[in-house]
Amino acid sequence: MRGLTAGLSGALFGLGLYVSDMVNPARVLAFLDVAGDWDPTLAFVMAGALIPMAVAWRVAARRGRALCGAEMPGPPKGRIDGRLIGGAALFGLGWGLVGLCPGPALAIIGLTDANGWIFAASMIAGMLGWGAAMAMRSRPA
Amino acid sequence: MPDWGFGLLGGLMIGCAAALLLLANGRIAGISGILGEALAGRRLDEGLPFLAGLIAAPGLVGLASRAPVIAPAAPLGLVIAGGLVVGVGTRLGSGCTSGHGVCGLSRLSPRSMAATGTFMVVAALTVFVTRHVIGGL
Repeated sequence: MRGLTAGLSGALFGLGLYVSDMVNPARVLAFLDVAGDWDPTLAFVMAGALIPMAVAWRVAARRGRALCGAEMPGPPKGRIDGRLIGGAALFGLGWGLVGLCPGPALAIIGLTDANGWIFAASMIAGMLGWGAAMAMRSRPA
Repeated sequence: MPDWGFGLLGGLMIGCAAALLLLANGRIAGISGILGEALAGRRLDEGLPFLAGLIAAPGLVGLASRAPVIAPAAPLGLVIAGGLVVGVGTRLGSGCTSGHGVCGLSRLSPRSMAATGTFMVVAALTVFVTRHVIGGL
């Protein structure tokens, strides 16, 4: 049951990225290029995505538990630190250089060429490298 | 349909997908979070089907409709560097466009608002520098 709903959610998420054209790096970069020939499409993608999720959070708060019985994610924690801002800044740099964020990078795997696969592989390498660095740091000296 | 119509429709689909994962599974649809957890071997029972659907659905539609290839135009070195910093940055900052941008902003999380503001501004500045200051990238 949990696997089925997760698979459906992933498929609908991927189709939404495809329909909105957020999978297209050229369109993403045109949105980020506020000083050039600005393309507002991604603002509509964001607005469209926020509406169902805002409703879902209200339903989640009232229900307390998910349909599968799992607990809902806890309330957002307010701590804004250097790690959060530094990570977001690094992500923004890569997003602005190439025009791909993690969702589209995966959603185009079946649609792209070597450049797209190399981006996805580099992103995964970055995540694995970060995980390995954290594991080494948490190990007692 | 105009481009903004496709954007709005696709956005609603993304939001419904995230709402389904939250209400059915109690899980936040942050792609970097789900991928990072799966790479660490955690929560694979949900992570693998989600990632399989995310990759297979647009791939099959693109194949069936004979869609043209969608690929980043940046030079190889920037593609590799960009991929690496997106991977490290999203794990360090605990989220990306979906986790902070869609799921976090929709519950008015202060952390997600700060993260989304940061990556939007840095990405726009990066594009400004590469297109209008250095040029030709």
